[in-house]
Amino acid sequence: MFKQFKKQLAILIILVLLVMFFAFAAPGFFTFNNFISLIRQISILGVVSTGMSLVLVSGGLDLSVGSQISLIGIICAALIVNGAVNPFLACIIGLVCIMLIGFINSTIIITANIWPMIATIAMMQVLQGIAYIISGGLPIYGLPEYMKWIGQGYVWVIPVPVIIMAVIMLIGSFLLNKTYFGRYLYAVGSNAEAARLSGVNITIIRTAVYIICSLLTGIGGLIMMGRVASGQPKAGANFEMDVLTACVVGGVGLNGGVGTMSGVVIGVFIMGVLSNGLGVMGVGEYYQLVCKGVVLILAVGFDGIQQKHANKKPHRVSPGNSQLKQEA
Amino acid sequence: MEQITLSIQHITKTYPGVVALDDVSIDFRKGEVHALVGENGAGKSTLIKIIAGAIECDSGALYVDNVHQKDISPYHMRQLGIEVIYQEFNLVPALSVAENIYLGSFLGNGVVVDMASMEQRAGELLRAMEVDISPDSRVADLSVAYMQMVEIAKAIAKNAKILIMDEPTAPLTTHEVEVLYKIIEKLKAQGVTIIYISHRLNEIYDVTDRLTVLRDGKKIVTKETADTTRDELIRLMVQRETSNTYPGRNLEMGKPVLEVEKLCGNGVEDISFVLHEREVLGFSGLIGAGRTEMARILFGADPMESGTLKIDGIPVKITSPEVAVKYGIGLVPEDRKQQGVLLRLSVKENIVLPILKRISRGMVVNTGKESQIIEGQRDALRIKTPSFQQKVMNLSGGNQQKVALSKWLVSNCKVLIFDEPTRGIDVGAKQEIYELINRLAAEGCAIILISSEMEEMLGMADRIIVLSEGQMMGTVEKEDFSQEKILKLASGYKN
Repeated sequence: MFKQFKKQLAILIILVLLVMFFAFAAPGFFTFNNFISLIRQISILGVVSTGMSLVLVSGGLDLSVGSQISLIGIICAALIVNGAVNPFLACIIGLVCIMLIGFINSTIIITANIWPMIATIAMMQVLQGIAYIISGGLPIYGLPEYMKWIGQGYVWVIPVPVIIMAVIMLIGSFLLNKTYFGRYLYAVGSNAEAARLSGVNITIIRTAVYIICSLLTGIGGLIMMGRVASGQPKAGANFEMDVLTACVVGGVGLNGGVGTMSGVVIGVFIMGVLSNGLGVMGVGEYYQLVCKGVVLILAVGFDGIQQKHANKKPHRVSPGNSQLKQEA
Repeated sequence: MEQITLSIQHITKTYPGVVALDDVSIDFRKGEVHALVGENGAGKSTLIKIIAGAIECDSGALYVDNVHQKDISPYHMRQLGIEVIYQEFNLVPALSVAENIYLGSFLGNGVVVDMASMEQRAGELLRAMEVDISPDSRVADLSVAYMQMVEIAKAIAKNAKILIMDEPTAPLTTHEVEVLYKIIEKLKAQGVTIIYISHRLNEIYDVTDRLTVLRDGKKIVTKETADTTRDELIRLMVQRETSNTYPGRNLEMGKPVLEVEKLCGNGVEDISFVLHEREVLGFSGLIGAGRTEMARILFGADPMESGTLKIDGIPVKITSPEVAVKYGIGLVPEDRKQQGVLLRLSVKENIVLPILKRISRGMVVNTGKESQIIEGQRDALRIKTPSFQQKVMNLSGGNQQKVALSKWLVSNCKVLIFDEPTRGIDVGAKQEIYELINRLAAEGCAIILISSEMEEMLGMADRIIVLSEGQMMGTVEKEDFSQEKILKLASGYKN
């Protein structure tokens, strides 16, 4: 408990230091307007990271979230523009399609017993391909004005996507901390077999968490569609890496069973401050990419070193043994 | 004067808050089997880790053949011929037996590995040990008992002078233990010093020459095994008389709870029995007899091919552990760390896992009720932990097992299956687990007990069913209990 708290404190301090750094180094960073624009920028990241963190806690991984974002935008835009479907209905259809993809992901992972990483990388390519096929590789323009509201609108001074992000993060936190579903996620991520032998239906839990992740990713995709005011076949390209980095920076473990919603919030903000601050400073996108990669390595490396250190204590289980048991 | 192979002098090791070893000095003679005994947490594991160079001691000295060793690193200790067989195996499952035996010192010309001669030499070694394993089989395909044999072969192949065995018999059945004894005798004759750690007192008397008792990190005494009585030994270990190791139970059997008829699947065939309220029904047999397999089918962890199950006289289909839990069946599995507990979660989270849904309003877990249930059981559970928020991986083996058991205690099971509940657990914790089993029985629970420890079986069960190769060999009633009878049935002789 305490360790978890200490870790969160550490990343919170990193966030504060980053903010202080940019406040000095980038004039125009520490302003109200820029703050609003920063939280608007991170809203999609925040929504999708909430879903991803649930999957990670359960011991899974979904790398197809980027393609899911591209696909839902294309599906909805095509339905609205080319099919003249009611926009509201189109969004519902889009979300259902994306949830179906979450279901397919989990089914493949569970029944064929494939590594989540491999299964969802394959799915990423499939979905990206479908997005290109539907759109012919070109953006779909011509969305009605009011569809932009979800991505660009404001309620008073607060951007709509930020409100959506806040609501979803609160729900995510509630789900993870207060419900038995959340507790099952930690249990399944910590040791699926032991959870199963405690009477937990791990198939349902693992299926549900991928579907929830896809639903949130779909919502993120709709915000993206509103923001760019079109269906872009590459809208979510590489987005999965940002999401993964935000989660890992926020202290969500890649081996399952570890992670908190508050950590994810901090992780998302760190990512947002980094890219916004570098942007304000005038650092180019190529350099930002390098920067994000380095952050991911640092976050994972920090976690790894800590685990290695903890393993030296004698009361820990030897990792060699658990590996042996799993293989045998 | 006996020749001293290994001598440790004034070894002290502290961890934050705990003195793991306090000024311990022991001499190990050449060619002796020297037992280290003590409860969990007495410092045995720390001591062998120091001897193996796996951890550094704070102060003290280590002499091998009367030479003071300054460099106590794992590599150097191996050079000196000290080999450890840990409870947790250090084998590479994907490689063959021969490759594992020669891992780190592959035979060959430096570029290409000479598999043929490696397999030949491994084969000779295994034949000399009278172990029937093919050197080219994959380790992952072996049973736990054979993995143990491979570990020993690995140590012998390195010409170990001092061999440390940590609970070597834990995964073995009676027959395999005898094979191990023979190997130990042979090694002893060759002048190898064996440091032997076991919780099973019988073994200490069967195989060791001398013993050292550790308690709370201190060395209590080193004695000739033959001069130490069993009661004395237990007293030295726990500093209290254990008058009866198996607490008595005087219960009237109730109505049938679980009726099993012609159960088949997962290698077991045609198993039929009736389990009553307040009964402890033992299942005995060798490894591979199908006891664990049967338990897993009853619990829905593995599919049942055919047969019928009745709970309270009503036919039921148990298709998953989830369903089993709903019908009030619980399982304390054999593999504690992998299946029994969730190491990375807290004691509390582990215990309430099966009843989370029951104590939830809608989706929301009622944390008040949760704490109330745990606190209500605090005394009964007797888990030694600073708080229920403690992660299970920081507890000792015995306390982990109590956690695995507690989750069924709070969920009010009707039928509880214990698969090797006391494996690798110290005397004190064993006692507490026996008492918990008795308490459950007294409360009306029906209990299935699977154990390879004969004494435990005879001491705890009301009735024993013996399995062999997946088949029921017979039922032994309490008045006919005898080790010979059960062993005979277990080896496949019907009477």
